[in-house]
Parts: sequence; C-alpha cells; structure tokens
Amino acid sequence: MNEVTVFIMGKGYRVPAGLTIMKAMEYAGYRLTRGCGCRGGYCGACATVYRLKGDYKLYGDLACQTTVQDGMYIAQLPFTPAERPAYRLEELQARGETLLALFPELARCVACNTCTKACPQKLEVMDAVQAALRGDIPGVADLTFDCVSCGLCTMRCPAEISHHHVWQLARRLNGAYLTPRAPHVAQRVEEVRAGKFKGELDRLVAMPKEGLVAAYKARDIEP
Amino acid sequence: MTSYPKEMQESIARVEATRPARLSTKFPRLSLQEQETLLKGFHPDYRPEGKRRLRVGPSWGEAVPHELADLLEAYPLLDPKAVDVSRPDVDVDVLVIGGGGAGTVAAIWAHASGIPAERILIATKLRHGDSNSIMAQGGIQAADKPHDSPAIHYLDVLGGGHFTNDPKLVRALVEDAPEIIRWHEDLGVMYDKEPDGTMVEIHGGGTSRKRMHSCKDYTGLEIMRVLRDEARSRGIPVLEFSPAVELLTDHGGQVVGAVLWNLETGEYTVVWAKATVLATGGWGRLHIQGFPTTNHYGATADGVVLAYRVGAKLRDLDAVQYHPTGAAYPDQLVGLLITEKVRGMDAQPLNRLGEPFVHPLEPRDVESAAFIRECLPPEKGGRGLGILTPTGMVGVWLDTPMVDILHGKGTFQRALSSIYRMYIRFDIDPTREPILVYPTLHYQNGGVVIDEHGWTGIPGLFAAGEVEGGVHGKNRLMGNSLLDYNVFGRRAGIAAAGWARLASPGTPTLAHVERYVHELRSAGVPPERKAPLLLPEYRGEKALARMVDLL
Repeated sequence: MNEVTVFIMGKGYRVPAGLTIMKAMEYAGYRLTRGCGCRGGYCGACATVYRLKGDYKLYGDLACQTTVQDGMYIAQLPFTPAERPAYRLEELQARGETLLALFPELARCVACNTCTKACPQKLEVMDAVQAALRGDIPGVADLTFDCVSCGLCTMRCPAEISHHHVWQLARRLNGAYLTPRAPHVAQRVEEVRAGKFKGELDRLVAMPKEGLVAAYKARDIEP
Repeated sequence: MTSYPKEMQESIARVEATRPARLSTKFPRLSLQEQETLLKGFHPDYRPEGKRRLRVGPSWGEAVPHELADLLEAYPLLDPKAVDVSRPDVDVDVLVIGGGGAGTVAAIWAHASGIPAERILIATKLRHGDSNSIMAQGGIQAADKPHDSPAIHYLDVLGGGHFTNDPKLVRALVEDAPEIIRWHEDLGVMYDKEPDGTMVEIHGGGTSRKRMHSCKDYTGLEIMRVLRDEARSRGIPVLEFSPAVELLTDHGGQVVGAVLWNLETGEYTVVWAKATVLATGGWGRLHIQGFPTTNHYGATADGVVLAYRVGAKLRDLDAVQYHPTGAAYPDQLVGLLITEKVRGMDAQPLNRLGEPFVHPLEPRDVESAAFIRECLPPEKGGRGLGILTPTGMVGVWLDTPMVDILHGKGTFQRALSSIYRMYIRFDIDPTREPILVYPTLHYQNGGVVIDEHGWTGIPGLFAAGEVEGGVHGKNRLMGNSLLDYNVFGRRAGIAAAGWARLASPGTPTLAHVERYVHELRSAGVPPERKAPLLLPEYRGEKALARMVDLL
C-alpha cells in the first residue's frame, strides 16, 4: 500500500495515500465528534489548518474535501467563537447601514485579503466585506451564497469580523426585502385557503388504488 | 485538464462521439409494468437475503434490513439502573430531539404557538444544523404554478411511492406546500427567481409538472441556515453534542422527556418534557447492504430505535432509497450526492459505449435499478456495460457537459456550483468531461408511523422529518424531503405545543426499557448487541485492534 506520513496535532502517523484528512484521522484511530458533520462539504464542521513540509504558509481547508499529502501538519478547529448580535428580521430594514449598525467591527477591515486566502470555498470574502461596508446587501448576498460557515476566515481576520453571521443577515435581508415575492405563490396560498382544491383532494384521498393508478397513468407530463 | 485514467478516457471519447446526436433526443420513459420488472430484477430492496423479520416489539414480523434489525433487536446502551431520572436537570414544555431541519422547524412553530423560548429545548447529537437537511442540493417541491395543482402533486407523490403512501399524510404534504414556500420567502430564503419574482422551477424524477424550487444547488444549506438563524433570533436554547439515548415514560406509557448523553464528557442529562418531538433523521450511516451513503455523520437511525422501545409502530422500513447518482470517481468522493437537478438540467446517463439506456428522470428506485442492471456483469443478469475505475468501483457516465451545451455556457457553474467545486478540486471539469456515478444509500423512505399532526400514537410523542414514515410510502421523489420536514416539522411543533398546554405527565421512569429488555431476552437476542448506535465506526482496523481503554 502506498503510504504517506501525516502529523495529526503534531504527532506522526502512516496512512494510505489518497485519503481525505478526515478519513486519515479515522484511519489513525481518531473517533471524531467535533470536526465532523456532513462529510460532504456543506456543513462547515471540519475546518482544518495545516502546513506542508518546507513551506512557510498556513493553509486552511475542509477536512472532508482535502486529500492528505506527505509531511502534512494538521490541526482541526473544533469550534469558531463568533459574535452574533440579537436581532429579529421583521424589526430590521434592508437599508445600507443596517449591516454596519449591527456589526460595527466591519469598519475595522484593513483590506489585507487574508479572509479570501483562507476560504476553502474560494469565495471573494474581502470583496464581500467591502460590499457590506458600502451597504450593498444584494452584493454581499451574492458573493457569500456558497459560504458554509466554516469559520476559517473569522479565525484569521485581524479585524475580528464574524463573517458568516454578517453574511447570514445580508442574505436574509436580501431574500425577504430586496427580492420581489413570487406572485403565483401568494395566489396559490390563497386558493388553498379558499378551498379551491378541497373537493379534488377529498376525492383522491378516498379513491381506491385502481382509480389512482389509472389517473396516474393518464396524467399529462409537462415537457 | 483531466485526471481520468486512460481506460476511462477511451470511454469518454465514445460519449463525446454520440453526444451531438443525443442533444435533441431523450430515452423513452418506462411503463409501470416495465418499471416493476426492472425493480424486481435489480433493485437491492428485492434481494430477500438483505432483510429479516423483527422478532420483538410493536412491528413484530415485519421485514427490515439486517442493519436496522440489529439495532431494533438490541439492548440499551444506557443501563437503566445506572441513572437517576427521578429528578430533572432540565424541565421544559417541549423537547425537540434533533437539530436538523425538522427539529428546527418544530421548535420555531412550538414557539410561534405560544410556548416561551426558555420552555423549549433542542437537543442534538452534533452541531445545530449538522444534518441531511443541510446537504440537500436539488430542491423542494410545491405546486404553485397556474398549470399545476396540489392534486397533480398528490398523484405524482403516490405514483412515485408505488401507491403505498398514507393518503392523509400526502394530502397534508401537498396542501401545505405553497404556504411553506411563502413562509420561506418571509424568512428570507433566497430562492432562484426571475427578475419579477417568479420562481424558477424545473422537473425532478417522477414529477409531471415543473415544480422544483431551488437555491442554486445549495437548496438544503440555504433553507437550513435561514431556519437556524430564525431559531437563534427567537432565543430557542440548543444543547449540542447531546444525543438522546433513551426516552422517558410515565406509568401510563406517556412520553415525558429523554435522557441525553454528552458526547464529550460522558455525563448524562435528564430532561423532563410535557411533549417530545422526535426529529432525529435517517439511517444512511448504517451502510445497508454495504452501500456508500450521501448522508451526514450522525444518520444512524437513533430515533427509530428510541421510539420503538416506547411502543411506536414502524412502517415501510423494508424500502431503502438508493439515490441513482452518487459519485463513483474519484475515490475521495465515492458515495457523495450528485443532485438529481443535474439530470433535471438535461445531463444524460450513459453506459461505457456512450449509449443512453434509461430516461434521465425515472423515479429514483427505477433509475437506480437501471444503473445497477447496466453495470452488473452478464453472469449476474446484468449488461456488463459499466465503466470500471482503477480502485474497482463501477459506474455509469452522467454527461454533464450537456448542461452548458443546451442551456448556455456558464449555466453549470452558476446553477450547480457545489458540484462544480467538488470535482474541480480533483481536476475534473464537469463542464467539459462527464462524471462517473453509481447508486448510493440516500434516504429512509419509511419510519415511525404518524398521523397528519405528527403524532406517533404514543401520548406525548411526535415525530417529523426523515424519522417518520408514510409520507413517501416505499419511494420518495426528489424535492419532497425538504418539503416533508417543513410541513411535518411545523405540524408536529404546533401539535406538541398544544399537547404541552394540556398534558399532565406522571413521574418519569425507564420502565419501558426494562420491559423491552425482558422481551429481548425472551427472544434470545445476543447480549452484546447495543443501541442506539450514535456514531458509525470508521476507525482503522489496525488502530482498533490495538486499542485498550485505560483511562
């Protein structure tokens, strides 16, 4: 078997080449509780920092999506403390200054771009901070849509911004207040309330299987 | 850019050769009769050796996969005599077990129904939001376009479930759906919309109308994080890394709370509750019949085990959902979900020769069976036309470049950014090369029996989301699980709040566990079997073989 040496929290282990950091830790005997969630790159639980042999840089990535390399030094971040101010969406207005009022530390951004370099999703994080400073809520929402809240940018930010909480608020403001509602959804809700489909559903619920099968076969399929 | 080995590249050349002719054609759909034949021949559910009949409990005699039977016919992890449940550490009106989609929705609606936030507790095994809900990619169904209706949605759900669903539950599902979407709009979920607000909706497998709403291919993530933020805004307490290991019952058999176990310190916590909502999700991490899974780390069927011990009935747990398109290459991605939306956007499944062999959007079980037939060798009744990987996996192609060819350059990266990101990490560009897929264990079709209010029939116990059964019968359609957890999470939260106002719980005990142990002994269940599982075992064999517990 082709093996590599990885250093988990500074201690060396031989593991098969080609494993993800997460699977390598398990192979070495770790039973994960922290630092493991969806195992598919969506939940952000497995933020990990590492260094490579002979390289001065500190890298960050998701343990479930990153393949081990020989000589890798790995430390998982079990948790990212981050400040989320109390708010109720319905009491807020989607105005430019809303984000800065709730997250004044945004103004401490020194445009160092460390956040962008830290992002495992390769998002333009600093651009999003700048958009937040400008009060461009749709811009923030769009730039951060693929954020998995892993906290790596937050851990490295010299301005101590709680990025993923800012993004969350911006996206909710954008979705709730700055995007037109779907008129057909509102209309259908009213139709259901008014009982427009009640009779048809009553009939279907009571229908024996043969009738249902026939109706199912007969239904036309939208191209 | 390619990381495909030479043998696979030869097959890709065939895919490219047949592509121009395939752009304007689609493989015909199967008749119900043809579907049934395919399922019987090739779907893993039809292998009798994969299941056995339960020998204990309220669903005695029903067949379930061995992997689940081993957990239902198992002794408690927690020795009932080792804990004192006569005093509560926490006393609430509504206890929600599970911090994924269903649990979060239930907690929000219990709160919206008048239960104060501090009288609600969400207890969850991992972090709040770590769940299958957050991993869902493709979308959520709701019949809200003028040419669609809840009645048409109803028929699609029933047909997809092979007419085995509980009609009352399906009705609730389709009738509440538009209202759920509107609620999400209020909460700020960023659905894909036209500039005028019209929802962008596409087909899913087995749908007769385009009613799949999505948020790029991060639909589950977007809805889950908004719900979690809303629960935080409401100040609802959450206890993380604290799975429930047993429910509590009073002398009358009413569920009156649970015992939680701190995964990190090993402490137990006794929670008394007037109403309990079970929202523990599904079973993917049981790796039924050895399949890889799309599911999150904690999907170990804990809730089904707990509910069964208090006498809840189970249904349709003989039906396992294998998602047709799990990643089959590279090795690091094996089992991960490739959303059905990719096929909804016209990528075709193809065999080694670059030939289509099934309509891209048959119901999931049918589509999976077709993939398995294509890959199985002829001596096992298959066609032997799968593509082999260097590590011995087999799969069929999903012709992803078709998405951009048919819908315009840039569409894939915009609409399927998570899939794009997943592959580009491994030097595979899905806008230029097809990707290899094979069925992967995806969903628990059945579960705990509930009524249309999420009530399990056991006083004080409600259930919502993947842990319950009946909504999807024996096969769920794409886009109905996100809908399910919203509809039934809401209904269960409201019903639990109503129950909590009127309930008069007796003294909490673990008497039901002792009775269950007695039943297990009478049935001769081997004493080493323990449940719930809580977490799958992935530690390396070499490490496990030398592990001793000294501290």
